[in-house]
Amino acid sequence: MAIRLEPVDVVLVGFGWTASIIAQELTEEGLQVLALERGVDRATVPDFATTHVQDELKYAMRMGMFQAPVRETLTFRNSRDQTALPMRTLGSFRPGAGVGGAGVHWNGQTWRFLPADFEIRSHVEARYGAGFIPPDMTLQDWGVTYDELEPYYDRFEYLCGVSGKAGNLNGTVQAEGNPFEGRRTRDYPLPPLERSAGTLLFDKAARELGYKPFAAPAANASRPYLNPLGVQMGQCTYCGFCEWFGCGNYSKASPQSTILPVLLKKDNFSYRTGCDVTRVKMDAAGKKARGVIYVDLEGREYEQPAELVILCAFAQHNVHLLLLSGIGQPYDPATNTGVTGRNYAYQITSSVDVFVDEIMNPYMGAGALGQAIDEFNGDNFDHGPEGFIGGGYIALWTTGGRPILQHHLPKGTPTWGGGWKKAMAENYLKSVSISTHGSVMSYRGCYLDLDPTYRDYYGNPLLRLTFDFQKNEHAMSDYLTEKAALIAKAMNPRSINIKKRQGHYSIVPYQTTHNTGGAVMGDDPRTSVVNRYLQCWDAPNVFVVGASAFPQNAGYNPTGTVGALAYWATDAIRTQYLANPGPLVRT
Amino acid sequence: MALPAVLALPACTRTRAEPAKVSRVFFTAVEQRFIMAATARLIPGDAKDPGAVEAGVPFFIDLQLAGPYGRADRWYMQGPWAAGAEQQGYQTSKTPAQLYRNAIGNIDAHCRRAYGAPFADMPIEEQEAVLHGLEDGKIELPDVPAKAFFAILWQNTQEGFLSDPMYGGNRDFAGWKLIGFPGPRYNYVREISQYGQPYDLPPVGLLGRDGRRLPA
Repeated sequence: MAIRLEPVDVVLVGFGWTASIIAQELTEEGLQVLALERGVDRATVPDFATTHVQDELKYAMRMGMFQAPVRETLTFRNSRDQTALPMRTLGSFRPGAGVGGAGVHWNGQTWRFLPADFEIRSHVEARYGAGFIPPDMTLQDWGVTYDELEPYYDRFEYLCGVSGKAGNLNGTVQAEGNPFEGRRTRDYPLPPLERSAGTLLFDKAARELGYKPFAAPAANASRPYLNPLGVQMGQCTYCGFCEWFGCGNYSKASPQSTILPVLLKKDNFSYRTGCDVTRVKMDAAGKKARGVIYVDLEGREYEQPAELVILCAFAQHNVHLLLLSGIGQPYDPATNTGVTGRNYAYQITSSVDVFVDEIMNPYMGAGALGQAIDEFNGDNFDHGPEGFIGGGYIALWTTGGRPILQHHLPKGTPTWGGGWKKAMAENYLKSVSISTHGSVMSYRGCYLDLDPTYRDYYGNPLLRLTFDFQKNEHAMSDYLTEKAALIAKAMNPRSINIKKRQGHYSIVPYQTTHNTGGAVMGDDPRTSVVNRYLQCWDAPNVFVVGASAFPQNAGYNPTGTVGALAYWATDAIRTQYLANPGPLVRT
Repeated sequence: MALPAVLALPACTRTRAEPAKVSRVFFTAVEQRFIMAATARLIPGDAKDPGAVEAGVPFFIDLQLAGPYGRADRWYMQGPWAAGAEQQGYQTSKTPAQLYRNAIGNIDAHCRRAYGAPFADMPIEEQEAVLHGLEDGKIELPDVPAKAFFAILWQNTQEGFLSDPMYGGNRDFAGWKLIGFPGPRYNYVREISQYGQPYDLPPVGLLGRDGRRLPA
């Protein structure tokens, strides 16, 4: 029997980026806010100190900051005719665990999606005709526009101290910025990071080919920065240990380096770690949440009553909780009905390794130190002759040069032995890699549901992921990779190694932790779990925040949009919901 | 403070004890011979140009297998078990430590049958042929998937060669010196824009310039 605790106004499931933003905002309204985090407590000092955090074995290979599959994982298959099997170790994607969530171990690549991305079905139909969209592609508009989100993107970028250069200030294109981006009302809070040797080579080659390369937006502070909450960040030192590591220098934006110093001082905020939320507790009619059920590390079960329940866990966990709690009709691909678990998407990536004669010093880097072009993202080019939908950016990132995972070897190098050793010695300092980062559309056959066989630590069914790369995505990714190879060739290399993403999606090699959908937002309750304010259609006092709301995935890293949506939804709660709790959208 | 006379003898020029060259926390003596031989093929070396053995990789792997990694403490290890497709990843009920133990026994048995000697006693060319056979899945082992074992052996070998020396491998920064990685350093604010310039400070580890796992 669950131990019943004292009620709070708001309970947040998870304590990463979105929970930190929402907690900071809702405590300003005087509400009692509680965050429940499954992982451990973590602070910049001592947990991310540079005296020990730059440890590739512990954090990258042994995955010290990620969720442990022993407690929570999912099952995976490429298609409905296969039997899904458990993801026994992490590979393709690496959700975080612990205070700060994946906001601790991300790289800081902080993009805005394109205006057309938010209205993709309308946009594609208007430009290319409805017949251009394959019948099994379940593309849909978001229910929110870029212009509506712009002020909230701005808030997240100023919270994080993003380093970059505007490309479109109030409709005027700016030199050295991304000319394809949506209109922004002011420039980034900080100038771009210093350029690495590799990014300069890329920039020169891309310009020669007629592209307009720009410094990718980075939540790695290029200068000391005081954010609007009064939290001080330090200048990035280019130590090259961002992705999968915490930042000990207060330079990479994370909940710890931007919000928690203010939030944790508030009397009306509290958090508990080691708490696995297993259910949203619904009332008898199933129309209103009464709170959540969670289990602590000693296996004791608690009921935490709350007026408002906000799911702020990683995208897949939000969907898992909704399915376990019976919120929203589970999606059925056979009939294409139901909503919960519908429209799971991901990211399709590829790379071109470039071997040069000069020393690149790849270990001097930062997680979002990159030079990119956006000519082939979204609908920035005419898709008519290409016959596919979507796109992505092409970038050269100098995230770091960790020896085990971040070395590049020329094509044909023996996989081990003396030839491998010789190639390591000859190429580590003299190689860089161009990556492509492509969108993934949503499909009838790509979804999340509950596994019929495998169970988690608590005996609950695991989430089941059914996903594969489709023809559209392969065509788009191949197109991007060919463009990237042309830039690589213009970099005057000794050799290049083109690594297309081919065949079925595999859960084994790391690709990105950009898992999206399953609790998507929209204007129609028949095709979305949450409305445009991320409020559940079926339970108005439940909000579901995160990349789970993306109806399909765009060609950018998701965190900028996740941050913007968190501010957007919280603003709706503050200005509309609190005065009049109930559905914010009537159907 | 005066040192005891015996420590002040001129013959005792080393100021610190050398760390152990080998450990056998997990491996049996027979298993250790296999690991020494196999890692020597994967990253060959000698005293002047250190490879896996000179860099302490067998020592590193032994300690890893004896700990939480070897026990698969973080992995989901509930059944039912099925082979699955390659895209579905590791689907073997064995932990890394169990995988090594079974695989080494199986490989030595294979080598005795096919070559008349355990792996460690075979000529280099034959050892390389066996490793290629495991890598390509052309040699099948009765108790474990050969390809899965080779993948994990090669991964752990690279880890031991290229991770921080405090874990027992990468001895004297052998791996980092080979490629030119200066170790986990805190600050390149000045150096990042010195394009094309070599960075010439010597490697440093998380335990300092010495980099050793055990304090002397």
